[in-house]
Amino acid sequence: MSLVTEIDYGTPASKSDKIVTLTIDGIEVKVPEGTSIMRAAMEVGTEIPKLCATDSLEAFGSCRLCLVEIEGRNGTPASCTTPVAPGMVVKTQTPRLKALRKGVMELYISDHPLDCLTCATNGNCELQTQAGAVGLREVRYGYEGANHFDVVKDESNPYFTYDASKCIVCNRCVRACEEVQGTFALTIDGRGFESRVSPGQKQPFFESECVSCGACVQACPTATLAEKSLIEIGQPEHSKVTTCAYCGVGCTFKAEMRGEELVRMVPYKDGKANHGHSCVKGRFAWGYATHRDRILEPMIRSSVSEPWRVVSWEEAFAYAASEFARIQAKYGKSSVGAITSSRCTNEETYLIQKLVRAGFGNNNVDTCARVCHSPTGYGLGTAFGTSAGTQDFDSIEETDVIMIVGANPTDGHPVFGSRMKKRLREGAKLIVIDPRRIDLVRSAHIAADYHLPLQPGTNVAMLTALAHVVVTEGLVNEAFVRERCDFDEFADWAAFVAEPRHSPEETEKYTGVPARLVREAARLYATGGSAAIYYGLGVTEHSQGSTTVLAIANLAMATGNIGRNGVGVNPLRGQNNVQGACDMGSFPHELAGYRHISDADARAVYEKLWGVKLDKEPGLRIPNMLDAAVEGTFKGIYIEGEDILQSDPDTHHVSAGLAAMECVIVQDLFLNETANYAHVFLPGSSFLEKDGTFTNAERRIQRVRKVMSPKNGYADWEITVKLAEAMGVPMSYRHPSEIMDEIAATTPSFAGVTYAKLDEFGSVQWPCNEKAPEGTPIMHIDGFMKGKGKFLLTEYVPTDERTGPRYPLLLTTGRILSHYNVGAQTRRTENVAWHPEDLLEIHPHDAEQRGIRDGDWVKLSSRAGETTLRALVTDRVAPGVVYTTFHHPTTQANVVTTDFSDWATNCPEFKVTAVQISVSNGPTDWQERYREQAEQSRRILHSVEAAE
Amino acid sequence: MSHDPSSPEKLVYMANQIGKFFAPQSHDKAVAGIANHLGKFWALSMREKIVRHLDRGGEGLDPLVKEAVQHLRVKHASEFEYSGDA
Repeated sequence: MSLVTEIDYGTPASKSDKIVTLTIDGIEVKVPEGTSIMRAAMEVGTEIPKLCATDSLEAFGSCRLCLVEIEGRNGTPASCTTPVAPGMVVKTQTPRLKALRKGVMELYISDHPLDCLTCATNGNCELQTQAGAVGLREVRYGYEGANHFDVVKDESNPYFTYDASKCIVCNRCVRACEEVQGTFALTIDGRGFESRVSPGQKQPFFESECVSCGACVQACPTATLAEKSLIEIGQPEHSKVTTCAYCGVGCTFKAEMRGEELVRMVPYKDGKANHGHSCVKGRFAWGYATHRDRILEPMIRSSVSEPWRVVSWEEAFAYAASEFARIQAKYGKSSVGAITSSRCTNEETYLIQKLVRAGFGNNNVDTCARVCHSPTGYGLGTAFGTSAGTQDFDSIEETDVIMIVGANPTDGHPVFGSRMKKRLREGAKLIVIDPRRIDLVRSAHIAADYHLPLQPGTNVAMLTALAHVVVTEGLVNEAFVRERCDFDEFADWAAFVAEPRHSPEETEKYTGVPARLVREAARLYATGGSAAIYYGLGVTEHSQGSTTVLAIANLAMATGNIGRNGVGVNPLRGQNNVQGACDMGSFPHELAGYRHISDADARAVYEKLWGVKLDKEPGLRIPNMLDAAVEGTFKGIYIEGEDILQSDPDTHHVSAGLAAMECVIVQDLFLNETANYAHVFLPGSSFLEKDGTFTNAERRIQRVRKVMSPKNGYADWEITVKLAEAMGVPMSYRHPSEIMDEIAATTPSFAGVTYAKLDEFGSVQWPCNEKAPEGTPIMHIDGFMKGKGKFLLTEYVPTDERTGPRYPLLLTTGRILSHYNVGAQTRRTENVAWHPEDLLEIHPHDAEQRGIRDGDWVKLSSRAGETTLRALVTDRVAPGVVYTTFHHPTTQANVVTTDFSDWATNCPEFKVTAVQISVSNGPTDWQERYREQAEQSRRILHSVEAAE
Repeated sequence: MSHDPSSPEKLVYMANQIGKFFAPQSHDKAVAGIANHLGKFWALSMREKIVRHLDRGGEGLDPLVKEAVQHLRVKHASEFEYSGDA
């Protein structure tokens, strides 16, 4: 094994189709018009010395090292900023150039601490390399002159240091922050010799606007910005390309290793989803994988009031299998089920649903997509025929109008958020539909053209009002609709949305958004060029979540914004493998590839392969399982990688359901909140410890590669295999690639997927089969998968979760950049420095009415329950609306969310809860009781103690 | 909404929610749509429970939903038209 190294071409690739021929050092070179001389030279293997240039950034031309001579031109132009021209003859190495470069390098080195032997980047420093490249042998100026050696190092950021004494002021970090990340947190402060990189207003990094994406660290050619892990461990010696286990963007990273120790995660330039960019979570927040809280041995107990007993794997599997057999014998075959997670690989998810269907003999399998994007599955499946987003991420480069509905990409999907910002800086228009003023509404060099701050729960009214404007103002793309959609259904829909009650003027009374803004936004979406809708859980997690997805699909079809680059309907998936978990048949009503369980032909494929008869009736969804548990008919559950007690709504109901079960098996890295109610704990493996695949929000299937041995002894897929075998379900896979082979052999949309192909191409987007052997970046180009696009009527039905005198405010929930979902991973990293606790955002007006000041403890109450947390008084939320996150179990925001859910899918209505806020002096009785119970439940009796 | 799962109140609520989505469609399409949805997405135990509730008078069920639930009595999941994923 060796380090995966990537060629740095110095400047970005040109997208021109026109080819220019020139000569560089006597070699004829053909490159696209607009290519820099530097890049053209590198294309033929000639590396021109450089310091301020790197191919992730636009050319800057400041370091004066990449000078070249061009026949017929005066001077020595910088090769990074000089584009190629037909017939150009370039020399990259002449006596004059050598002397100039040496002179420049001497100046750099005269103000550089020559501590190379003890420097973290020794052996991987561009300054060091370029000094060698230009043949530097002396520094005529000496080292006694003015210098920056005594500048104090900024170590405030938890993950990297800023050592200004090593800065060569190449601007790469500043430009990376601007061009790649789009935060503009860095600048060059001072002039001339005083010039230094400065975060914010001469602040330490941690106190500045820096979002710790790592782009600056990656861009730095010296040790000025360096990862603390690199400083501590040393240079890596081998690496593997793998996929991030955080959000649905699916960034590709190089896991850089020294032995079995992870030194750092470096975003991979050839990653098709991230193109070399990263966020604070994927880049830095991987310390949870070795956190002391990780449980590494299996444990069992017969009652949750007992302490855990550490046992062998064999005993744990045997106990779990005997309990499930006992339960099914006593309560019937439908009394058990399983929940997979979007954190699982495709292969793991496939195995779990196979265990349920072939082993348990029922279809009681569900996934956490139930509580996030199940309405996407229903809505897009119904309208277009496929339960997935229509575009790849690159599509945004051709988008003219971006409409964001109920999503906060800069926090939830930060790497794609940065690409959005880049496109917006290039001139694309922006419409934001969100109750809260997300960062994209106004941030550095970005301002939304329209922010429609609607009342939570009124998405359908808003989207139908937009459609009303499109139809009544003659903005329908009738040619598209006639060719691609069922025209009779369209006509019914058009008549429906055209009714005056759907006009912006009428719906304003529900949405609270001025009709004029809605009309103008609709006109912009319909007429502004290629328009793309991106949406998140602010769409799906409502009682009308599926209706809203359908309304979005209607709007895109009516305006012809489907089936080409730059347009489309794009669900931003929350977790890394939401798409894959849904694809792999982990819903209770369908097999892999979205084939209904009642489809006898689809069942027959698996019945033949697995040698068992499958149940043809849909199974229970997660909330149905919990209801059935409380009722007494559902008694055993196997949960892999999911913490339903913290992530699912109405915590009291979830805990009652779990407490009513006789055998709860939890497979996880940590004793999560759900494990408080578990009888069997199977320690899981991190994404660094296993092979597999994740599928991101663009339907892109990417490899997860094992870079270290599982600390618990087994990869997760192996645990499921062994559990299944103990339960009498034979599984003979020797490697996850064999599981993928079975998926491909049985699932039409995955028919062409193999690990060999993923290794060859890096990734493929499904459908990947005979018709599309290299995958499908953009869907529905020539027609919808189901034939004709389907318009459905979207009547606005107000949620039954209403405000009133007792609960006058509306709570909506979300997540923030530094944390991920229930925080099980990120809370066990330095990311807690940014967000140590959940806060309640409340408008100054509502705060003042209640006597609440910034930082006060407040009680948050709903009809479901109450909790306490600190207040953050801010006008980011509208009066009448409060907001919090759900990252910390001590807060348990879901104690207050209710069991209202989407009509079609039972996706919980997380985004609307009627609440009251009052000043509090500390945790509620429930919080105290919960903490006590959790402590009791987490006691572990080791074998020596047990023997005594 | 009651948390007592032995009471059909929650299922009635859920069924009526489905009914409200299909209600704007023509009568026959709406009834078929509701029945199709219940047939394809609800577990058999839930369908049986709502049918039993209908047999006892169907208190709380909206008229369109009552008609749709009638269809559940005689059909298995494979006999319903399928459209969409959830």
